[in-house]
Amino acid sequence: MSVLQADSDKLLTAVARLLHEKNIVSPDEITERRAFTDAANPGQGARMVARAWVDAEYRALMLADGAKAAEALDIPMRGMPPLGVLENTPLLHHLVVCTLCSCYPRAVLGYPPFWFKSAAYRAKAVRDPRGLLADWGTRIQAEVQVRVVDSTADYRWMVLPVRPVGTEGWDEARLAKIVRDGDMIGVTVPSA
Amino acid sequence: MEQDLPRAHHDMGGVSKFMCDAVDTTDHVLTDFDRDVDAIRGLLGAKKVMSVDELRRGIEAIPEAEYHRMTYYQRWIRSIADNLMARGVITEAELRAALEGA
Amino acid sequence: MLAAGQRVRVKLDWPETRGPCHIRTPHYLRGRTGVVERHLGRFHNPEDLAFARAAAVLDLYHVRFDQPAIWGEGASGDAIVVEIFETWLEAA
Repeated sequence: MSVLQADSDKLLTAVARLLHEKNIVSPDEITERRAFTDAANPGQGARMVARAWVDAEYRALMLADGAKAAEALDIPMRGMPPLGVLENTPLLHHLVVCTLCSCYPRAVLGYPPFWFKSAAYRAKAVRDPRGLLADWGTRIQAEVQVRVVDSTADYRWMVLPVRPVGTEGWDEARLAKIVRDGDMIGVTVPSA
Repeated sequence: MEQDLPRAHHDMGGVSKFMCDAVDTTDHVLTDFDRDVDAIRGLLGAKKVMSVDELRRGIEAIPEAEYHRMTYYQRWIRSIADNLMARGVITEAELRAALEGA
Repeated sequence: MLAAGQRVRVKLDWPETRGPCHIRTPHYLRGRTGVVERHLGRFHNPEDLAFARAAAVLDLYHVRFDQPAIWGEGASGDAIVVEIFETWLEAA
């Protein structure tokens, strides 16, 4: 049997021990890194969306350079891939997938969810996007173009959803609360 | 149609056998194992020991039947071990010895 | 460099049949014709990075494809947009 077919838990223990012994990665660094990664969550992306909904200048920055827009809200982007922002309109709906692996805008949304990494999601998104959206109960009107963005290379992509009706006069904090991870990938749309 | 295409097994866009099932849209909480593997990969990337491209290559090298039996982060730790050996960061003998005590 | 609006074809090539490789151009686009949306920047070739080899810096494009035309099913007007490196694109 190949050494690579060892039990996964044992493999992790063994690799972590060897990396520690060789002074490459220490247990403390792993703990720190976990804390850093755990800190990224969909609330970060939601703050960006809410700001873009109330501030035209910020919206323009976000569409031009997502990473700069994230940094403007103190979201750490150092060492992160470029962030592209896809603007939904009343006639255009974006849906993000990575058919080759699981590229996900982690800096602003956190760990990719289980569904994003699943074979069913990766297969269906590019071939039957409207059927896929039905798995979430999301229905996109026939006159709205669906654009599937297959994330294959160096960018990471997030969706800027359309601000829902019924949110007139809401402040940024209140708007941010209605934006979920799925809205920023395009499997759902926010509602008031 | 697609059966005729020599696609690699990780290249899943539009593949019929994955089209029939509804997507499991529920939350799956990450385990300590998952988070540790994720953190090690991030650190190896930041320290230029191993790139995300190498991680992917190692995942794609897992034979198809095993690939589909494994969880997401099980594939990652296997690819990490594969790449560390390919890079000469660790040897197979060292890994075998460490596995004995794991 | 390719300009936005230019028609391009993805090479009909299967490096998968020639030995170990790491390809970031999805199988369903090989040989397909699309339109350049925009130039995204220049990045190292992942096909070499994956093997820890010296990697050339390549132009990366966002290319848009008609979605129903690829699958023979789907809603008219729907599209797929994909990041593709210059080495995989030819004039159409």
